[in-house]
Amino acid sequence: MSATRTSDTRLPPRAGRTAGVIRALLSRPRSAFGLAVIVLMVGAALFAPWIMPHDPFEQSFDGLSMVGAPLPPGGEFPLGTDLLGRDLFSRLILGTRTSLIIGVLANGIAILLGAGVGIAAGYFGGWVAAILMRFTDLMMAFPALLLAIVLAAIFQPSLLIVALVIAMVNWVQMARVIYTETRSLAERDFIQVQRALGAGHLRILLRHLLPHLLSSIVVFGTLGISTTVLLEATLSFLGVGVQPPTPSWGNIIFENQTYFSTAPWLVFFPGAAIVLLALAFNLVGDALRDILDPTLKGRH
Amino acid sequence: MQSYLIRRLLESALILLGITLVTFILLYLVPADPARQIAGRSATVETVQNIRDQLGLNDPFFAQYWRYLTSLLQGDMGRSYLQRAEVSELIASRLPASLLLMVAAIATELMMGLTIGIVAALRRNRPADHGLMIFSFVSISAPQFVIGILLLYVFAVQLGWFPIGGYGSFAHVVLPAVTLGFLGAGWYSRMMRSSMIDVLGQDFVRTAQAKGLGRARIILRHVIPNAILPIIAMIGIDIGLFMSGIVVVESVFGWPGIGQLAWQAIQRVDIPVIMGVTMVSATAIVLGNLLADLVAPMIDPRIKTK
Repeated sequence: MSATRTSDTRLPPRAGRTAGVIRALLSRPRSAFGLAVIVLMVGAALFAPWIMPHDPFEQSFDGLSMVGAPLPPGGEFPLGTDLLGRDLFSRLILGTRTSLIIGVLANGIAILLGAGVGIAAGYFGGWVAAILMRFTDLMMAFPALLLAIVLAAIFQPSLLIVALVIAMVNWVQMARVIYTETRSLAERDFIQVQRALGAGHLRILLRHLLPHLLSSIVVFGTLGISTTVLLEATLSFLGVGVQPPTPSWGNIIFENQTYFSTAPWLVFFPGAAIVLLALAFNLVGDALRDILDPTLKGRH
Repeated sequence: MQSYLIRRLLESALILLGITLVTFILLYLVPADPARQIAGRSATVETVQNIRDQLGLNDPFFAQYWRYLTSLLQGDMGRSYLQRAEVSELIASRLPASLLLMVAAIATELMMGLTIGIVAALRRNRPADHGLMIFSFVSISAPQFVIGILLLYVFAVQLGWFPIGGYGSFAHVVLPAVTLGFLGAGWYSRMMRSSMIDVLGQDFVRTAQAKGLGRARIILRHVIPNAILPIIAMIGIDIGLFMSGIVVVESVFGWPGIGQLAWQAIQRVDIPVIMGVTMVSATAIVLGNLLADLVAPMIDPRIKTK
């Protein structure tokens, strides 16, 4: 965002900027890898019905050994089967959907809430900031996972509820970052000039403030998806997140954990999927921070 | 400094007060009826009503909250609904195990994180640096239950080096501590690396080189001590991460700490216990943040206490 740090308040055309950022991401090995994983996972989620070799809900008789144990990877079931004889690979593919839907939904709500609170507090200042930021401090001191578990226990967990619960826990970081940035921007000349000219609050916020906050929102939004994916997996592992039979990587491990010593693939593959997706968003988010924030250049 | 300290203490107290209110509201909304839990499935409606009366659950919300708050200020956290014990006794009996785990986990994450950060900074932009940084990215992207179960599988089930779970000896603490420390190690290694790179670029390092000091001596005596200080100041902030981590890690390893206590209480809607553990955790987090804020200006006088 080098242009925004100077007096010019307008940004270069959006399309060219986005293409430039994507090119920069692809030129770095780490973020190129992350981007590739994300594209692959989104593809798997979108085209799940055509990729899945088996019905992920079918408790196949062939899916269990003679003594009724889950089958190890190989042969008809590429990643093996679970305790009920269901194909693990198909369940993981469908689980990609769950993770991405919750990741995008929960993170989207968290961004709206966090950025909204941060901008309102930073722009209006005074008692609005005092109330909003005290509340943010309070949320920071909450043991996040305990809060999420209690919230999940209050409402019957559906996909939307799980996403909302995660958003309630995760918006705080975004609010603090955006608050700090908005506060310093609001005192700058080009905003003061707009105020003096009598521009409305909404116009200043949308036309002049938001464009400058966009890069932080993109960076922390990307990193936030990783946090969201991990929290969803943890809640589902504890049994208070996404409910079976809807497959999620976390609840696959939850359902099969008692057998991990004899059927380790039932923990290993879903675990690897969680790490891979969270890692991809962390790598891309970290690279975006380097690319979009020139003040950090040369430090790493 | 003194007025800053007083202001921060007051703020902390207000935050904790706010947390009692928010938690109380949330637990008030939990649909499961604790009286029904206590009375059991076969109890009559009257029995359940009697229990509700005894526990004061039929009182208006603010009466209940006020009663909780006034007894909390006198050090009384109430009684567990399901176990015949005071909440404070339950927590006191579980706290040593969690504190032990926390100390072991902090030691693990510092050893792993600082070593990785130092090596990566000294080998900046070389293969070793890239490899270590990828490792640190993986460690912050891995959920603790996955790490825990995998460590159990490899080191307890397959190799048999450590017990599968439980509490009691040094061998028991290793795997849960590594599981908890793994996440922090990722953060510390990245912070330590950039702190080292900062210090390596400063004038006094060049002065030391100009004086003809050996590289090993410069790094051990001048660079590392300066780079470590701001990192150590952040330990206080870690406590929030730990308080979330112990719920999962203690349940994976059957570790009898307050995380396990909280998880059992949540499953059985034992509201006074949930409330108690939340308050203890929140107090630890608030104190940790306070500590970090107070230590930072002592280490780096450029940070002003306003």
